[in-house]
Amino acid sequence: MSDIEKLVSELLDGKHRALAKAITYIENNRSGYRELISELHQHTGNADVIGITGSPGAGKSTLVDKMAKTYRDRGKTVGVIAIDPSSPFSGGAVLGDRIRMASTVGDMDVFFRSMSARGTLGGLSTATTDAVKALDAFGKDKIIVETVGAGQNEVDIVKTADTVAVLVPPASGDDIQMLKAGILEIADIFVVNKADLDGADMTVKELQEMIHMRSDGPSPDAGHHGADALVDTDVEFPGESSEDWEPAIVETVAKSGDGIDEFLETLQKHVDWLEESGEGTRQARQRYAAEIQRLIREDVARLVERDLEAAGGLDAKVDEVLAKESDPYTVADEMLAAIRNPVNTTDTE
Amino acid sequence: MSVEDQQMKIRCLVAKVGLDGHDRGAHVIARAFRDAGFEVIYSGLHNAPEEIVQATVQEDVDVLGISILSGAHNELVPDIIEGLEEYDAHEDTLVVVGGIIPDEDKEFLYENGVDGIFGPGTPLQETINFIEENVKRDE
Amino acid sequence: MAEKDPSEEIREQHEQWEEETLQEFLEAHGERKDRFATVSNMEVDRMYTPEDTEDIDYTEDIGVPGEPPYTRGPYPTMYRGRTWTMRQFAGFGTAEETNERFHYLIDNGQTGLSTAFDMPSLMGIDSDHKMSKGEVGKEGVAVDTLRDMEILFDEIDIGEISTSFTINPSAPVIYAMYIALADQQGVPREDVRGTLQNDMFKEFIAQKEWVIPPEPSLKVVTDTIEFAVEETPRFHPVSISGYHIREAGSTAIQEAAFTLADGFGYVEDCLDRGLDVDEFAPLLSFFFNSHNSLFEEVAKFRASRRIYSRVMEDWYDAEKPESKRLKFHTQTAGQSLTAQQPLNNIVRVTIQALAAVLGGTQSLHTNSYDEALALPSEQAVRVALRTQQIIADESGAADIVDPLGGSYAVESLTDQAEEEIMAYIEEIKEMGDGSVRDGILRGIEQGYFHREIQDSAYEYQKRVDSGDETVVGVNKYVTEEDTDTEILKVDESVRDRQINRLESVKEERDDEAVEDALDAIADTIEAEENVMPAIIDAVKAYATMGEIMAVFEDKYGSYNEQLASM
Repeated sequence: MSDIEKLVSELLDGKHRALAKAITYIENNRSGYRELISELHQHTGNADVIGITGSPGAGKSTLVDKMAKTYRDRGKTVGVIAIDPSSPFSGGAVLGDRIRMASTVGDMDVFFRSMSARGTLGGLSTATTDAVKALDAFGKDKIIVETVGAGQNEVDIVKTADTVAVLVPPASGDDIQMLKAGILEIADIFVVNKADLDGADMTVKELQEMIHMRSDGPSPDAGHHGADALVDTDVEFPGESSEDWEPAIVETVAKSGDGIDEFLETLQKHVDWLEESGEGTRQARQRYAAEIQRLIREDVARLVERDLEAAGGLDAKVDEVLAKESDPYTVADEMLAAIRNPVNTTDTE
Repeated sequence: MSVEDQQMKIRCLVAKVGLDGHDRGAHVIARAFRDAGFEVIYSGLHNAPEEIVQATVQEDVDVLGISILSGAHNELVPDIIEGLEEYDAHEDTLVVVGGIIPDEDKEFLYENGVDGIFGPGTPLQETINFIEENVKRDE
Repeated sequence: MAEKDPSEEIREQHEQWEEETLQEFLEAHGERKDRFATVSNMEVDRMYTPEDTEDIDYTEDIGVPGEPPYTRGPYPTMYRGRTWTMRQFAGFGTAEETNERFHYLIDNGQTGLSTAFDMPSLMGIDSDHKMSKGEVGKEGVAVDTLRDMEILFDEIDIGEISTSFTINPSAPVIYAMYIALADQQGVPREDVRGTLQNDMFKEFIAQKEWVIPPEPSLKVVTDTIEFAVEETPRFHPVSISGYHIREAGSTAIQEAAFTLADGFGYVEDCLDRGLDVDEFAPLLSFFFNSHNSLFEEVAKFRASRRIYSRVMEDWYDAEKPESKRLKFHTQTAGQSLTAQQPLNNIVRVTIQALAAVLGGTQSLHTNSYDEALALPSEQAVRVALRTQQIIADESGAADIVDPLGGSYAVESLTDQAEEEIMAYIEEIKEMGDGSVRDGILRGIEQGYFHREIQDSAYEYQKRVDSGDETVVGVNKYVTEEDTDTEILKVDESVRDRQINRLESVKEERDDEAVEDALDAIADTIEAEENVMPAIIDAVKAYATMGEIMAVFEDKYGSYNEQLASM
């Protein structure tokens, strides 16, 4: 049995250590990583994947803690991936999200993993998607992907989830303006956390207005989270979507646990809708399509990169073009020859 | 290979175990590790040994740094190591302890699977060097 | 004929000295360092002159001891009347052993007792809790029920002594037990004397012992202050502590600033409760650290007194002198002690103790030289006490009130300290939109204090590692030596005995009465009433520390540290 086979079989047997190691493989982009994900693929598809994002201080970690606790009380197993995209790609980082998982600390059926931006060099969403697969294959019922902020990186991360919840603190008029920029489009549920604070009602109202403005707007397709934006291709999928999902607004006080039940209920409703409307399948198709395209792009890029290096590097080719010994089209053709015509390649690994 | 090297950072859990809340040392070392390029996960305060075991296993860290100043190290540290063994997570985790540990207890802790002990006044770099030289990597 | 302005003469002389004498000397010999700074990394000048104290108004800013702003001391005669209280804090394993020690101290004329508790008691859990493993009876006495307190104070008339309790989140329970004990002994509550540390703000900021979140913790602290005002007016319900803030790595300025802010936070909460500032403020006392940089420490103490007096008057309309007079206990800096060459610590402690005395402390604990590695030996404890006695009786430091007052350097540093401390307090007030209390709560929630302190601690460690900061015996003048010392071994039998006692108390007590009493606490919490009377009833029914604190946790939730960014 190869190392990977052993790891996979241990993971499927429910060994925590194997699950942890598998995620390390993913984070480190270690050799054997692809084989691992391939092996895991057939065992996935059973978990509900929930993405949580929002501005710093919105109370995400506390909410996630309470969600995990409530799921555990209902007999569900939980996996959490907390990503800090603000941590530097190189250089060190201190990851502190784990501290807030106080309600379930010591409970091995809550698998919590902190991830820095480092694990996402291959694309933030790739590492997340694959870590989710590992948790899914392990048999977790609920998988929560938590990230902070509202930038493009965060959007990419949470979009890997089936259901996306965006936390909005009360009286955050500015935040809502900012949300409009991107996060808004991907939210299935808005959670107005710290709903006991002044301004919560106002925030709820603003969100309602915003949602209505959008559903009355010119783009009828924009009702669901950015599946369209995910795939930068013009491949058309059969439009199976029945009734659109209108983003729900839930009020919670994560600290005290108020509103958590309602929030989980809304999450379930969304899962049911995904199932009934066929939207879940549509999304899955799109995600896989995007994944395949991305992998191909990455592999091609890597192969070309390698051939380019072997042929003296990009600078040398530029020199040739400058000296009019060659031209950009010819260089590109040469470099792609290996892929276009694999028989000619001598070095295929 | 370069991508992989870049991504293989030393991953370390800085853990406080037991009831004592003296976290000055834990935070100073966490920052020093960060500045040395490590990826540091901080456990927070007031953890039972099994909670540290859980974090060590799930986070799959290369290094477990336990900060303990209450004097209960002889009780709590072996409990942690025993827990790690239960999950097959001891052998590839470098376990270091920071705090006030008398010499006779040091021997006891080394015998029980601790790899390094760093007392008060240890320069930060000394601890970092020790970890870089001794970190256990699978493969 | 126009006389020359004296300050003009001083300036001229100074300039001339710089140009002629100093310049030449520097060129020939240089100085040891490019930059001279205190242990808190506060840069100090080469020399201070009247120019540096020009802006100080003697009568307004310095004045006389025993009068506002109390820069020179809270009392007119200071140590010429009576020296500071030499209060050595010590911990022992069981209630019986501690009781024995108390009797020994009382027989030797001591009238103030100081109680150290073990970690489980400090954290409000019982000895049989799983987290208590390895910690029962260590570093202090274990108290689970009133029975333990009865043993602790067996044959001691608590109407005759003053007891200090170093305990925080579970302080209300200990306070209730002490009052229950007074009731048992027939001592009127108004005769109960002592001090409860009970400073929850600094727990969230630095020492990190907590049970419930900051806001309800504050509510309970205010309950104890209110109760003290009404029932035990000779008992100090809170000792607002900077000691632990400094130990966690803050600078001297941060220590004073956060501590004074904490004090003002409690004051604001009491005022909101409707209490009269001149009734409760006299009950507030403070607790500071004293570190190696002698002049910085003296300046810190003097500036703190001045700020407290002014703020209490200007912001909170305090009128009585007792409400504006900052009184404090001081402990020498535990963090400054080195495991290497431990005898050197005697000298460090001496300097730190001297700083506290020159700064006008009301009581003092001097650390033992071997504390960095071990439970203090009898000899070390004695030397620590003798250090105080030598300062008091031989050095002459106690014979002149505020002997450093008027020193250009010390007055200038005092002014600088005042300014920097006030800047922090104003910043905190700003965070709370005009309320210091709300600023503290927000600062805790956002990890502000933690970050400020950690920045200082890390920076200090880097200075030590680089050699910029000298620690004799550690990074300079290092010698090879054996530093083996012994540490208190956990005697597991202490835990067993303690659990046995707890179990027998539980067997003997009336469980129904306990349930009722615990429910009554829950009810007072729900009704937002003062919790003290209900806690006193519960301890009298022999409810345990853990049971009582669990009611609070159940009602208010538990607390988790917020470390927003690291």
